[in-house]
Amino acid sequence: MKKKLRDSSLKGWLYLLPAILFLGFFMVYPLIDVFVYSFEEGYNFASQTYFGTGIYNYFYILHDPYFLQAVKNTFILVIITVPLSTGIALLISVGLNSITALRNFLQTIYFLPYVTNTLAVGLVFMILFKKTAYSDGLANLLINWFGGSSVDFIEGPYWAKMFVLCFYTIWIVMPFKILILTSALSSINQDYYNAARVDGTSKFRIFMRITLPMISPMIFYLVITGFIGAFKAYSDAVALFGTDLNAAEMNTIVGYVYDMLYGDSGGYPSYASAAAIILFVIVLTITCINLLISKKKVHY
Amino acid sequence: MKSNMDYIKIEKNTKARKKALRTATYILLAFWAVVVLFPFYWMVLTSLKSYGAYNSEYIPKFFTLSPTLQNYVDAFTAVPLGKYFVNTIIFTAVTTALMLIVIVLAAFAFARLEFKGKNIAFLIFLSLMMIPNELVIITNFVTITNLDMRNTFPGLILPTVTSVFYIYLLKEHFEQIPDSLYYAAKVDGTSDWKYLWKVMIPMSRPTIITVTILKVIECWNSYIWPRLITDDEDYYLVSNGIQEIRENGFGRENIPAMMAAVVVISVPLVILFLIFRKKIMAGVSRGGTKG
Amino acid sequence: MEVILQNLTKKFPGRGRKNPDEVTAVNDFNFEIPDGSLIGLLGPSGCGKSTTLHLISGLLKPTSGKIFFGEDDVTGLPPENRGIGLVFQNYALYPHLTVKQNILFPLENLKGKDKLSKQEMLEKAQEAARLVQIDGLMERKPGELSGGQQQRVAIARALVKMPRVLLLDEPLSNLDARLRLQTREEIRRIQQETGITTIFVTHDQEEAMSISDQIVVMKDGIVQQTGKPQEVYDDPLNLFVAKFLGNPQINVFHGEIKGNRLYIGEDAVLDIQGTEREVYVGIRPEGFVPKADGPLSCGLRGVEVMGRDISVVTFNKASLAPAVRSIISTENMADIGSTTARFAVLPHKVYLFDKETEERIYYKTEAVGQ
Repeated sequence: MKKKLRDSSLKGWLYLLPAILFLGFFMVYPLIDVFVYSFEEGYNFASQTYFGTGIYNYFYILHDPYFLQAVKNTFILVIITVPLSTGIALLISVGLNSITALRNFLQTIYFLPYVTNTLAVGLVFMILFKKTAYSDGLANLLINWFGGSSVDFIEGPYWAKMFVLCFYTIWIVMPFKILILTSALSSINQDYYNAARVDGTSKFRIFMRITLPMISPMIFYLVITGFIGAFKAYSDAVALFGTDLNAAEMNTIVGYVYDMLYGDSGGYPSYASAAAIILFVIVLTITCINLLISKKKVHY
Repeated sequence: MKSNMDYIKIEKNTKARKKALRTATYILLAFWAVVVLFPFYWMVLTSLKSYGAYNSEYIPKFFTLSPTLQNYVDAFTAVPLGKYFVNTIIFTAVTTALMLIVIVLAAFAFARLEFKGKNIAFLIFLSLMMIPNELVIITNFVTITNLDMRNTFPGLILPTVTSVFYIYLLKEHFEQIPDSLYYAAKVDGTSDWKYLWKVMIPMSRPTIITVTILKVIECWNSYIWPRLITDDEDYYLVSNGIQEIRENGFGRENIPAMMAAVVVISVPLVILFLIFRKKIMAGVSRGGTKG
Repeated sequence: MEVILQNLTKKFPGRGRKNPDEVTAVNDFNFEIPDGSLIGLLGPSGCGKSTTLHLISGLLKPTSGKIFFGEDDVTGLPPENRGIGLVFQNYALYPHLTVKQNILFPLENLKGKDKLSKQEMLEKAQEAARLVQIDGLMERKPGELSGGQQQRVAIARALVKMPRVLLLDEPLSNLDARLRLQTREEIRRIQQETGITTIFVTHDQEEAMSISDQIVVMKDGIVQQTGKPQEVYDDPLNLFVAKFLGNPQINVFHGEIKGNRLYIGEDAVLDIQGTEREVYVGIRPEGFVPKADGPLSCGLRGVEVMGRDISVVTFNKASLAPAVRSIISTENMADIGSTTARFAVLPHKVYLFDKETEERIYYKTEAVGQ
């Protein structure tokens, strides 16, 4: 009996072995290592030596203007895109849920950005918004129609670049949010709406008092994942403004991490680690705050 | 009692209000559909315009009367788009296959086998789901560099293989298969290994397909890790390829050819999506986020 | 409020390639519901009874026909302007609101001159809660209540704005057997106290029979029979109604009229005046009287003692069902043999039906040899 149990234990671990090897080597070990790196001062990539241990790396990046720019950009991006994308997605989902004709068709269309290559489609956005010597681009054509003057959204003023970045980010995250919200909405029992209709409840009141509370868990889920996702923004910025994001003033925290690691300014895994840990702490804090609020606000 | 006239009025008002709301809804939905589709339209349209025609349009035209496929030819000849494509296919196929083996075995162990330390192991696995990629990628970069695996397929593939979330998803599905089947198989003298392949995997096909598709999408679009680990064009994937094309591309700013490349890169996933629409959407709503 | 249904018809379009045919859920329904009465819409699932209820509520629009509340033609009115209260099968209580908030909900919708002050609303809610005896549970959430309590909250919410008509969709189907008995009496009491015309839908004949002033039996969208429960039970118009009402079910036999006698198999069970033909013979379980020389002979399968009565389970070749069930009082038990049972049948518990149309045939019948 004992032998049998030991045999089956061995077998269980054997089945787990590949997963443990992969995860141990590429996840658990790096996770510990990143903290070690972040406290090793003056780490030299080539010789793999360092001068001492301490918090100098954190001190350094917190005084690096590029990092501060990246933090600012990331926060602006988060604060604009998370509420806006969630709100628009809610509006569209409610609309989608109220129709029957064309519903599946529209749902399919809305989901398309999810399966596209962020880098590739980013290029399309770039040419739509870019102002060159040959052409003002399509976005400016629209602005001109409404009487405005042309702006270069890709290499022009900061707010214009931020606008395109936010716009593209929202475009990218929308499918997931619409999908989650439409399935949350359609899972609400129709009887609640019928009951409210019989009582003469106005559409607005039905939405505020019934629909919203009932899908509030899903909305909070989206807000939390939205925050986490937006804090990790990077690819979309690269797609729009190219790999040299510091020069474009459009770097993000994740972008800063990678730039420190590799590329023209790269070769500093210690700085990269410290930045990554700061990012992780920010995300963790915001997620905890979100969870606390949702505990109070989400109804059941 | 209210007179009949009142009732007719109420009836009319309700109808009018309903109609207005319905119209507004459709306008909103149509607007967003345009916002979503327009970039796709624009990239296809631009890819069909000739280089000369595109650059002479100061005000961009919304259609073209003389479509050309020259840009597609350029995309495959002037830059190694074909090479990027093949690389991405190799990368996607090998990564997905390896992942399937790893997660099937792990999910089977968690769902079906009894062994010492299983619960703790599962808890540790679950907690790993919360670790962001950004934290571990730094060391992985150093590791792969030190192992001299930059610009190799193993270097690209190995750190991308595992996904704790998919193990979890598959384990949940495996657990729904009734125990009685397992006991019946045991009585017939079936080994665990055979039971896994002959019963559990066939019965979990929908989930396995979903996981596979999601992983394929992830691989096809992956950018950050390949960018860190490759600087030799021979190992570029499509994402890095397109970035390379953008920055050093066709020797001149050839936007139509660039758009042709973008179309070529986008088409496989769009087709995959249209075929497996329901599976993909169901899979994503169960917990996939993009990022 | 009197409710009048005129030629009410509802057709649903076919759905997709699999079911291309139009479905007629309610077909030419005519009925006048007297003010202040309790009406049970009864039928098997899919018979159109819920559709009828939703037509009256206004949640569905009829394909043709009219609905009147008293003098008012409400056919085209949206539900909120009809002044109805509707209780859903699953209660549809808003899970995130307390009992009080749920009951207040309809009142808070009132606008213009109907608008109530906070105080008035609370009083009305309290009153409705007292009526259904849940005034002690006002601060709880629906999830913390039992099924029966949720049902009462749902009724209170439907009643709170004093509707002209109260509609209940399968009000008892989500309750367990004991609660069902209790709640149906509760519904009757509330209905009588408020005097509101009430229509409820059920598939359970016992439920409908026990509390309704009148019942409407439906099948495949067509009204089979309407009337007081006892009348419909005693005088079914066709085989379907006869079978649907009564528990245990009516026993149906192949029968034949020959020479002024009604035969079941070889046994001439009744004298009869009618043309010679084959018929279905329906005999209520209580229509059997055990008698040593009774005309109907059946093989004995078993006896089920139920306390007050006993149920004798027998079989007969001419019976449509494998078992023939009869209910007899305990005193008559002695008359049952060991392998066969012989019965006399009570003429007024025997109904004849046409074999083609399954419509009732009215022939004068008498016990044999009288």
